Amino acid sequence: MDWLFFTEVTLAGLGSGALLSLTALSFVLIYKATRVINLAVGEILMLGGYLFFAFVTAFGLATWLAIPLAIAGGALFGFVVERTLIRPMLGESSISVLMLTVGLGSVLIGATELIWNTDPRALPDFMGQTPVFIGEAYVSRKIAIGFVVSALVIALFLLLFRFWRGGVALRATATDQAAAYSCGINVPAVFSLAWMVACATAAGAGLLVGAIGGISPTMGVFGLSALVVVIIGGLDSVLGALIGGILIGLVEAWAGTFLGGEYKLVTTFSILIAALMIRPYGLFGTVEIERL
Amino acid sequence: MAMTAHAILDISNIEVVYNKTIQVLRGLSLKVEAGKVVALLGSNGAGKSTTLKAVSGLLALEDGDVTSGAITFDGAPSGALKPHDLVRRGLFHVMEGRRIFEDLTVEENLVAATYALTGRKASSGRASSSFDAVYEYFPRLHERRNGRAGYLSGGEQQMLAIGRALVAEPKLILLDEPSLGLSPKLVEEIFTIIARINRERGVSMLLVEQNAAVALAVSHYGYIMETGKIVLDGPTERLMADQDVREFYLGMAGEAGAKSYRDIKHYKRRKRWLS
Ligand SMILES: Nc1ncnc2c1ncn2[C@@H]1O[C@H](COP(=O)(O)OP(=O)(O)OP(=O)(O)O)[C@@H](O)[C@H]1O
Ligand SMILES: [Mg+2]
Repeated sequence: MDWLFFTEVTLAGLGSGALLSLTALSFVLIYKATRVINLAVGEILMLGGYLFFAFVTAFGLATWLAIPLAIAGGALFGFVVERTLIRPMLGESSISVLMLTVGLGSVLIGATELIWNTDPRALPDFMGQTPVFIGEAYVSRKIAIGFVVSALVIALFLLLFRFWRGGVALRATATDQAAAYSCGINVPAVFSLAWMVACATAAGAGLLVGAIGGISPTMGVFGLSALVVVIIGGLDSVLGALIGGILIGLVEAWAGTFLGGEYKLVTTFSILIAALMIRPYGLFGTVEIERL
Repeated sequence: MAMTAHAILDISNIEVVYNKTIQVLRGLSLKVEAGKVVALLGSNGAGKSTTLKAVSGLLALEDGDVTSGAITFDGAPSGALKPHDLVRRGLFHVMEGRRIFEDLTVEENLVAATYALTGRKASSGRASSSFDAVYEYFPRLHERRNGRAGYLSGGEQQMLAIGRALVAEPKLILLDEPSLGLSPKLVEEIFTIIARINRERGVSMLLVEQNAAVALAVSHYGYIMETGKIVLDGPTERLMADQDVREFYLGMAGEAGAKSYRDIKHYKRRKRWLS
């Protein structure tokens, strides 16, 4: 076995795993506060990539300005979606809300195809090209940056949920909205904030994913892998998103390289099934005392 | 009630309708004087919980509206305020069925209630000194503070529900059936503490109960409601001496002797409090 090659594959797997974790974080944030599974995460990720693309190419903005604007665009989108689509659905069955997010994803894909057509595009380079070497092992610069940024963001959220009482407010709201109100928690603000931060996170992930693999109206399928990650890690667990993402990233890299590309999905879903059989609420998810 | 005393809560002639169609309260009025415990008694479905939800604003979450009348809390009309704003002004509603956050730890439940201090206290963080007060009233919660609240016993969950109210340092607590599903011994323990909280901290309370005996024992004043309005009210001693209340509410035998026809009709009318 070529250890250097193995190390390089592993590092690449870690890199894409971190991006999966970051995207999974977007699922987790929304689920934690609102118990909604947002199946449009992949498309919001795509939106982030296209916003950046538009700001740079159509408006000629500098990349350092286009990055925060694309992320803020994600937050604004989250705010509007929560206000206009999600909040009126309060109290409706979770399946209706789920379908609503599926519809939202389709609308986003349609709009993107109308504006930018279906061609895949490369994002303007904002990371530089110089490769990174860890020891002797080569890592693409973009993957290395993607990894570091994802790791920092996830670490930040882990700390926030550990030490900031807003984390408690989020979970309290998810458990029982009326009781959260009765404790003085501003429930609508919690909903708004969760959607804004989650969509900003997804848009940011879209920048990183787009920088590595380019953007296209189909890039939202990345959200599907992230969904697998949260199901394995636990829908309400930031730590689960982190570890699940790394796990899937590594397994896909190893399986894709050493077994062949067709084994990638097979192994991923085998892990999914195994995980569901052992712990249906996810490896790190909260055990429900009462199931619906 | 004397008009001169300061009323922390004044409900005046309110009507409440659910889903724009089902009228539940029909001109209900009551007052809570500052510093007092007031009992609101009535049978299942009389509208006791609805009254509390109208006051705390949680009615809106169930598609209920106050269609007429006025509610004044601490000198200001409360109708336009959101539930969380009312809490922050010192009105805490301990809902029926305890409604603790089961997935959170005991202490996290208390942390959640510190949001009630928003805008009132500089340090509304985790190390709030009011936690100590809660643990002093309920030492059992201290033992289990890092355990998951969902695993507490029913009595402990009720203690936690009241503990959250204490953290919020309210002026008025609306308590909905704290005795629900608890053993007589636990009921006594919890009501002893309810009385202590009122005495030691000067918190006013509006106490909804089906267990009339235990509620009147800690109250200064009582109201009895039936299908959406008050049918009887008075100071606790007077209510406890009232023949109807004794017979149909406190489950005590009436005075010996044959009853006149009038008494029987009376009985039929009052009996609905019990059914
Ligand atoms: N969300 C709601 N929507 C429609 N009707 C409701 C709603 N909540 C309560 N009601 C109705 O209003 C009436 C009063 O209910 P409420 O819960 O206030 O009674 P209660 O006096 O608290 O009874 P209990 O002692 O059983 O708790 C009942 O007939 C009930 O069916
Ligand atoms: Mg009730």
